[in-house]
Amino acid sequence: MGLDFTVLPAFFALLLVGAGWTIAITVAAAILSFFGGIFLAVIALYGPAVLRYPFRLFAWLFMGTPLLLQLFLIYFGLIQIGIDLPAFVAGVIGLGLHFAVYNSDIIQAGILAVDRGQYEGARTLGLSRVQTIARIVVPQAVRSVIPPIGNNMIALLKDSALVSVIGVTELTLTAQLAISRTFRPFEFYLAAAACYYLINLVLEAGLRHIERRIQMAR
Amino acid sequence: MTEKPFIDIRHAAKSYGALEVLKDISLQVQKGQIVAIIGPSGSGKSTLLRAINDLDPLTSGEVWLEDMLVNKPLSPRQYERHINQMRQQIGMVFQHFNLFPHLTVRGNITLAPKMLKKLSDAEANALAERQLAHVGMLDRIDYYPSQLSGGQKQRVAIARALAMEPKVMLFDEVTSALDPELVEEVNLAMKKLAEEHMTMIIVTHEMGFAQDVCDRVLFMDQGVVVEEGPPEVIFRAPKHERTRNFLRKHLQGNAQ
Ligand SMILES: Nc1ncnc2c1ncn2[C@@H]1O[C@H](COP(=O)(O)OP(=O)(O)OP(=O)(O)O)[C@@H](O)[C@H]1O
Ligand SMILES: [Mg+2]
Repeated sequence: MGLDFTVLPAFFALLLVGAGWTIAITVAAAILSFFGGIFLAVIALYGPAVLRYPFRLFAWLFMGTPLLLQLFLIYFGLIQIGIDLPAFVAGVIGLGLHFAVYNSDIIQAGILAVDRGQYEGARTLGLSRVQTIARIVVPQAVRSVIPPIGNNMIALLKDSALVSVIGVTELTLTAQLAISRTFRPFEFYLAAAACYYLINLVLEAGLRHIERRIQMAR
Repeated sequence: MTEKPFIDIRHAAKSYGALEVLKDISLQVQKGQIVAIIGPSGSGKSTLLRAINDLDPLTSGEVWLEDMLVNKPLSPRQYERHINQMRQQIGMVFQHFNLFPHLTVRGNITLAPKMLKKLSDAEANALAERQLAHVGMLDRIDYYPSQLSGGQKQRVAIARALAMEPKVMLFDEVTSALDPELVEEVNLAMKKLAEEHMTMIIVTHEMGFAQDVCDRVLFMDQGVVVEEGPPEVIFRAPKHERTRNFLRKHLQGNAQ
């Protein structure tokens, strides 16, 4: 049988719901990965040893194992110890923490690249070490690494398809549902791909906007 | 005659491993006095200046500001609180400005007063405007540092330090990273401060400026103060061979 795109309109609403969930999970996980990344970076560079070592183990676990496995562990594994998370929450936590670890690496490099004069300038005014890190060093570091963090956010959007395996009805899963009823994988996967592409365009435009806005402030 | 010194550095010594950078330096500065420190590269000028607000802690010796010991031996936690208090009273301006690039000029100036002196937004803004007017930079209040020339950056850095209303101002070669045509505007801002009787310690390689503005000149070499006195004596009739050599080389260098 040939291609028949007339099957799509009937499932338009379903795909739209899927796209909505994809956007929701991406935004939630992106926020978690951003602030989590800052938190992890600050702990890694300035935290006490009692925190640094467990966090390093945590980072190693999240970088050294497949994201898919991490999602299974969080969604199916935690139930065994009495933590029963909704699929959406498990997905956000899995994706968010996974990318937080990657963002943390980038932000750490950004922090180390902040000129020492910035630290001295702030301390000379009487700011404490903590105030200087929070108000001077980290904000500058984060601004300087917005482009690579943005790349991670684009990767996060694409990897959000993985949460379909724990039953979040996002774009990929809704496409599969439509396929199971119509047996038209090519059409629906293509439609899903187009949706990802559109969301990606918006995301990239947003990132460019942020980069432009902070261009002066660097 | 025996007026109590405003800043009193007693037997300051500093080593990096085997390298003695400061060797038992004592220096008293009276309130309102303006002291220039000159000397060859590596002689320890910056190290001495940065010891005053403990950016570079001394190996031994004491730094007093009025009746307060700046480098007081305290537990780390208490010391952090103490030194932050002390630094609010000691303004410092650096060669490379060290303005915060992510904040506007206004943000640079209001940050510390708001955080540390709990000024309201309105109070801090008024303060920023006053300090910027003082250095002729009021029209740039909403610019980012990246949009300013070197001379403008340095004037903002001076305004930022002054906004904490320090008792003393330290300057570490604040014009040596500037294009020659931008030096004068920064010197002018410092001269204005001098006329207002701010206590200042100025590390500089500009002999002309030191001669015009300062009450005393210290010549440092290899971690010691070789010679000190009023500018007319140091520049016209230095007693020590090392001072003469330095000045000869330096004035030649400037003439070329
Ligand atoms: N962190 C450090 N570790 C080791 N040696 C240092 C350090 N900082 C400074 N020194 C050394 O201390 C000496 C004095 O340095 P300082 O910066 O005080 O000199 P300076 O008189 O300010 O010179 P310049 O005119 O070049 O600024 C130099 O020999 C320098 O190499
Ligand atoms: Mg120096």
